[in-house]
Amino acid sequence: MDKKSVFAESFALDNAAKDIVEIRRRIKYESELDKGFRDKIAKSAHGEKLYGCIQCGTCSAACPVSHYMDYTPRKIIQMVREGFKEEVLTSSTVWLCASCYACSVECPKGIKITDVMYALKRESILGNYYPKKSPASILANNFFNQVLNNGRNSEGPLLIKMYLKTNPFMLFKNMALGFKLWVRGRISLKTEKIKDKKSLKRLLQSVEDKSNYKAKVHSPALKEASAV
Amino acid sequence: MKYIYYPGCSLKSTGKLYEESLLAVFDALDIKYEELNDWNCCGATAYMAVDEKKAFVLAARNIALAEEQLKDEAEVNIVAPCSACYMILLKTQKFLEENPEDMAVIKAALKESGLDYKAKAKIRHPLDVFLNDIGEQEIAKRITKPLKGIRVASYYGCQTVRPYSTFDDQRNPVTMDRLFKAAGAEIVDWSMKTRCCGASLTGTIQEVALPLSYIILHEAKKRRADVVTTACSLCQFNLECYQTNIDKKFKTDTKIDVIYFTQLLGLALGLEPKKLGINRLFAQPENLFRIIEGGKPVYV
Repeated sequence: MDKKSVFAESFALDNAAKDIVEIRRRIKYESELDKGFRDKIAKSAHGEKLYGCIQCGTCSAACPVSHYMDYTPRKIIQMVREGFKEEVLTSSTVWLCASCYACSVECPKGIKITDVMYALKRESILGNYYPKKSPASILANNFFNQVLNNGRNSEGPLLIKMYLKTNPFMLFKNMALGFKLWVRGRISLKTEKIKDKKSLKRLLQSVEDKSNYKAKVHSPALKEASAV
Repeated sequence: MKYIYYPGCSLKSTGKLYEESLLAVFDALDIKYEELNDWNCCGATAYMAVDEKKAFVLAARNIALAEEQLKDEAEVNIVAPCSACYMILLKTQKFLEENPEDMAVIKAALKESGLDYKAKAKIRHPLDVFLNDIGEQEIAKRITKPLKGIRVASYYGCQTVRPYSTFDDQRNPVTMDRLFKAAGAEIVDWSMKTRCCGASLTGTIQEVALPLSYIILHEAKKRRADVVTTACSLCQFNLECYQTNIDKKFKTDTKIDVIYFTQLLGLALGLEPKKLGINRLFAQPENLFRIIEGGKPVYV
């Protein structure tokens, strides 16, 4: 839910008071939850085991980046089950997950938590919730488009595009590193391509048609990313 | 037996030295291989975050291409040295096996492109090939420059053994240790073997990624390792190329050689450093050279 609307609804404070302290309701009413969210994510992550989470926190303990996240993996699982759709999809958690699979291996209930994170990333892009300036989501989008068009990923152009879109200063900062790599023949500005680009594109299109799902390429978020 | 070599995108750029050393070691061990014709991106991590089904199609195309290329052989073995490629190929096979509906769709689509997905190919990691197809004893016989006195910290990274490892333990993998023991090295016992190096976060959210790499390098130094050997191009890149950034940020000295396990194995097999892509490293592993030639390491 939107911060502002809760604010307006909860207390009628005068403007001066608003500047000093922000008062907001910390819990959600049941009617505000997205009931179908749990099933949608479970289906997308191929895991009905999600329902069996015992909230033991093993995933959060195993996760090497959980202490940077808005919500730890354990909390995310519970929030997904309860239907806190917006909080989950706008959180930093999904974009901080480096897919190391430590949680999935350790989970005593066999929940594929990494796949849940992937499902949330996809949902966040589809629903246009993803952080627009976050390099992690931009990287994923650009990577997708590059492979769709060329069949392969070219690390040089991919990184340059990402930095231009998010923080051009980083491009400048990483110039020395890029040069060191270039001298050693470890990075190039050339775009890698496969020979049979046309048939690969046809193949991807055909799978999309056959399985009757609306591909994410049509989402406004992706169009924006590919326009760079 | 012939293997299909599936390089993946990173072994052609930042991981070029991985490719060079891997192929040199293949030749030295008389392993026959062919590069996969017109391979495409495996559909790795970043792709899966946008469209999962298409990621599976990309991986399935590579497997089908390999099956086509080795159609006269009894067995199709795909060697995928990059851990992300290795993991996603395994994941795709497993997913399609468990979901016959998706299998039918992807199979039909591949057929339109003239490809047949038979689901018969075996996905192999080079470590798996060296240990289980060639064997420690055979490798030990071919070692001409034993790694006597070199303390090796083997680092596998996350996706080599997780989550679908077929050849090693998920929490405490030992294949690389066994390999270097056979080559005469001393093995460092440490708990960082499968800890995350930060992966692509070094490029995107550095504040989070650098501490992760730092923890690994710091632990290797603390345990007096001479070299950290990796089996993943992203791990090697993060642990080696960001050392200066890490030292600056944490005001420490994490200078340590981080090389591919195939490079160290190649040195032990007596191969030319240049053939192993050692010249592409940021810092030359002088101490390794010294120890291999029978001298004493110099610590600055």
